[in-house]
Amino acid sequence: MNRVRAQGWVFWIGIALALLLMLMPLPALIQPLKPYWPALVLIYWSLEATDRVSVGLAFGVGLAADLLNGALLGDQALRLAVLVFIVLRFRSRLRFFPMWQQALAVWLLLLNNHVLQALIRAFAGDAPMPALSWLAPAVGAAVWPFVFLLLDDVNIRLRGKGAKAT
Amino acid sequence: MALPQKESTPIFSDATAGTLRLIAYLALAAVLMVLDHRNGWLHRARYATAAAIVPIYKIAAAPADWVHQAGTAFAQRSKLIDENRQLREALLLAEARLNRMHAVTRQNERLKLLLDTQQLLGMHAQLARLIDVQLGPTRDRVMLNVGANEGVHVGQTVIDSHGVMGQIIETLPHASVAMLVIDPDHAVPVTVARTGLRGIAHGTGDTAQLVVPNLPLSSDVKAGDQLVTSGLGGRFPAGFPVGTVAQLKRDASGMFMEALVKPAAELERSGEVLLLRDQPDPIGPPAPAPEVGPPASLAPTARARSQGQPAESAGAIP
Repeated sequence: MNRVRAQGWVFWIGIALALLLMLMPLPALIQPLKPYWPALVLIYWSLEATDRVSVGLAFGVGLAADLLNGALLGDQALRLAVLVFIVLRFRSRLRFFPMWQQALAVWLLLLNNHVLQALIRAFAGDAPMPALSWLAPAVGAAVWPFVFLLLDDVNIRLRGKGAKAT
Repeated sequence: MALPQKESTPIFSDATAGTLRLIAYLALAAVLMVLDHRNGWLHRARYATAAAIVPIYKIAAAPADWVHQAGTAFAQRSKLIDENRQLREALLLAEARLNRMHAVTRQNERLKLLLDTQQLLGMHAQLARLIDVQLGPTRDRVMLNVGANEGVHVGQTVIDSHGVMGQIIETLPHASVAMLVIDPDHAVPVTVARTGLRGIAHGTGDTAQLVVPNLPLSSDVKAGDQLVTSGLGGRFPAGFPVGTVAQLKRDASGMFMEALVKPAAELERSGEVLLLRDQPDPIGPPAPAPEVGPPASLAPTARARSQGQPAESAGAIP
């Protein structure tokens, strides 16, 4: 019980941090390269804890991100729902990939996400995204091993502590 | 840990249910997007939740602030920093006044007309600071730390000490969003300060460039010309610097020239900005003449006045 609750805290804090990181400004030169943090965190949790992540939850997180970001309402909700759906569908395979293959899969997922974003922006009549931003999925894939190891480490520590406590 | 995972492995019937659920969510998202695009729901939702959201922006902007403060922390004297900030704000205001003065002087020289400078120079402005968050994937909108409760309203001009930055497009109770002049959706009516040639400067999405399209091939413009707001259209007051012509080239059709303009405002660097309180003179028919004669409420007192009583006391009787 204790462990589950602790994992819940880590889960929500992770998502909140991802949303904050999304809002945080970077120097203008590397701004378009910023990886899409909420997607990375959601991918991790949908690989590790299916009982926590569902398409509906991804939709909710996306709506919150839209509200914060001030972009079109429903844009990120749609993209995150699609992303989590794909991850959950291929979860059993993705989980046992070696790290480099997993990073490759993350790159494809983020690239798909980016294509969807470009399409939605085109439909809404917004200006096209900066060309450099097409490298952002690759940066996300490069960061993925670190995100995975960090979250996994926190997760395993909690699990150990929870087991001792109960 | 292994057992519950096995239980949650999807069976095929689950998979179809999952797909249906996904389709439902996608439809919901599409409906939301269309409604938001048409009605601007997002703005209403943000306005309603602003009390919770604005602190989040402040938290998100905090690390950038810390980095900035770490630079000034060498002085280690908060007093010094405060004084510095006050002086900078004063300087900003003074510089903006000076700029304005400059443009008006030049206009005077060119037109050889007496202008009502008294009215033009009385500038009411409000200081605002940028909240450093990134709105959307591009950098052409900024968030300011004053909002509807401080008297900000949509359409106000935003300037820095060097020129026009943009205009307010959305207000929250204690924050507001400004669209910069470089936004591709933004246009400013401008005039060449040297010759008076009119044009419209559009944003390009590039922080270092505006473009003034559709100039006649014969028009008298050259690189280095100053562009100032013309005041036409009734949105921006006249005479504020917008930019400097960097380059002239023929447009795609070859029938017209377009001027590439370097914005005057320091869009990447400005930390404090001014919001102009004064709206430009409204364009349209003059206001109806005020009613002449005594107000209607005094009509019944005519009799009282004929009896020799003053109108005020007659009004006070009932």
